[in-house]
Amino acid sequence: MTIQARLFATLREGRGKVIAAELEEGATVADLAARLAISHKDIAILLVGGRDAAMDKILTDGDIVSVFPPVGGG
Amino acid sequence: MYGYNGKILRVNLTARTVKVEALDETKARKYIGGRGFGTKMMMDEVDPSVDALSPANKLMIVTGPLTGTATPTGGRYMAVTKSPLTGTIASSNSGGYFGAELKFAGWDAIILEGKASAPVYLNIIDDKVEILDAAPLWGKVLSATTDALEQAHGGKARILAIGPAGERLSLLASIMNDRWRAAGRSGVGAVMGSKNLKAIVVKGSGKVAIANDDALKAAFAVCMTKIKENGVTGTGLPAYGTAVLVNIINENGAFPTNNFQESVFGKAEEISGEALAEKYLKKKDPCYRCPIACGRYCEVDDIKGGGPEYETIWAFGSDCGVSSLKDVIKANYWCNEYGLDTISAGATLAAAMELYQRGLVKKADFGDGPELTFGNADAIVEWTKRMGKAEGFGAKLALGSYRLCDSYGVPELSMSVKKQEMPAYDPRGIVGQGLSYATSNRGGCHVRGYMISPEILGLPEKLDRLDTAGKPLWTKIFQDFTAAIDSVGLCLFTSFAMGADDYAALYNAVCGTSITGAEFITSGERIWNLEKQYNLAAGIGSNQDTLPPRLLKEPIPEGPSKGLVHPLDKVLPEYYSLRGWDAKGIPTKAKLAELGVD
Ligand code: SF4
Repeated sequence: MTIQARLFATLREGRGKVIAAELEEGATVADLAARLAISHKDIAILLVGGRDAAMDKILTDGDIVSVFPPVGGG
Repeated sequence: MYGYNGKILRVNLTARTVKVEALDETKARKYIGGRGFGTKMMMDEVDPSVDALSPANKLMIVTGPLTGTATPTGGRYMAVTKSPLTGTIASSNSGGYFGAELKFAGWDAIILEGKASAPVYLNIIDDKVEILDAAPLWGKVLSATTDALEQAHGGKARILAIGPAGERLSLLASIMNDRWRAAGRSGVGAVMGSKNLKAIVVKGSGKVAIANDDALKAAFAVCMTKIKENGVTGTGLPAYGTAVLVNIINENGAFPTNNFQESVFGKAEEISGEALAEKYLKKKDPCYRCPIACGRYCEVDDIKGGGPEYETIWAFGSDCGVSSLKDVIKANYWCNEYGLDTISAGATLAAAMELYQRGLVKKADFGDGPELTFGNADAIVEWTKRMGKAEGFGAKLALGSYRLCDSYGVPELSMSVKKQEMPAYDPRGIVGQGLSYATSNRGGCHVRGYMISPEILGLPEKLDRLDTAGKPLWTKIFQDFTAAIDSVGLCLFTSFAMGADDYAALYNAVCGTSITGAEFITSGERIWNLEKQYNLAAGIGSNQDTLPPRLLKEPIPEGPSKGLVHPLDKVLPEYYSLRGWDAKGIPTKAKLAELGVD
């Protein structure tokens, strides 16, 4: 299945902004993070389809995963 | 006295007299300083029913006990007055360097009363105070005003001033200091303009007395470690400023677009904090003693200056459907030059765009100006200037979106609470932030209880943004905590990393007191209740604790928050009850007595 990973702020360095990742059926957000070499401690905001998600969430084909490091403040 | 200088400067502009008064220590301790103490002085001295732009209103420039001390971000002041925009108490906070300098000059606050017969400015050098002729400055934008005053009084002077928008009594006028730092909201600049006061120049040579230097050093070290280790204050804000929120809020589907008609902006990336850092950011621009340094300094074409902040990018960007970051930066620049609140100015243009979209505003209304259509980048720049000058249709814009939409018979198209424009978070997708907007004591505002912190950023812990459970309590605590931080003289952004005990430790070290973190928050609750009392006496009832009908009835059409409206009726009753108010949102006698609000 294909997952669209959208990376932001410093997570883009060396990886890019939007990445189409091919993952096995049943893969989780943690698998995606491993594929992109993003360590869990660098993930502060994690959204699947714009809704809060946990690392063990099982992804489905076409999911959009947005990943932010600790940033913010308005 | 420690922390406080013990001295207030009272300036009567009608009589052109200045008076030195002793600070009422009991009152100051009870209401801390800044926002709280300023509101208390307003309550004691200014009839809440007064016309905000009449000489009977007063403008108070109030520092906190930590302003001008060696505390992280200890440079803030508050402009407290009755707002001509909302009719509520107004207290607008600003950083930069002016507040600290005022403390060094020996003052805790300036009370400005009456109205000068012609434009004047104040020149304060320690305890020497002069009222000087400002005729040559009247009509000048901020950079020219500041340049002229620096030339006259030396580059070390710290300068607070209004721009042409304040002179022309725009209800969106801000008070500016240090060129582009703004006490932005609620039209405080118009109150200053109504008094014919153009600027305040200050130079100070003193120092704030500290009760316990060793304790301050220790508390400072603890706070600095927390600020540096926290991802938001230690790395996120320094690298990207507040603009990094563009993508965060857009990805959550809560990024108001085209005057809140939509909540996802397809071109968010083009106006994002990442794009700003890559293309236009020249350097960071921190306030006094700030280790966070969220302030930006950008250059575009022949324009340079502070900002833009996230809220500004949203207001002129997605809310107006504009994806040209360059033009957003220009609009921000002209807001700073004319002295306009960027949030309300941008949001008012967005409202005008919807009025035009619906055929209520006609092409002829724009005269020779560009059409205010969603997405028109030239229009946001040109109409910001005309709004600043109150020229043609710009004069209508200068009164804000509520009065603009009301004049066309559709006040509901103003995306405001208590006539003040809401900032950059769609409450339909963020329940607590919506409750915070609805109950804010100064109308639509994100910094009266920044629920984005737990609901989006996960600080201090992550809450589901769509849940109603628990949100009334969180909102209340955030509001009370914020009121205390706004009063003590520190920047609210420290609260991403610091807890109530940290503020109490700094306060105790500086003032020689021994309050607890819980007492610090209770002081904030006392201030919140006092503000509410002022508003009620001003005729702004709790029936105005609501959101625009669009947000309560029209579901978000697309994106991750599709289908949502704000469930205000599910959270407001519990909020009132947690506040110890009656079901109509009126503080009970018992609650006021418990808090000692008099
Ligand atoms: S965090 Fe930003 S706004 Fe706050 S004091 Fe520092 S530079 Fe100023």
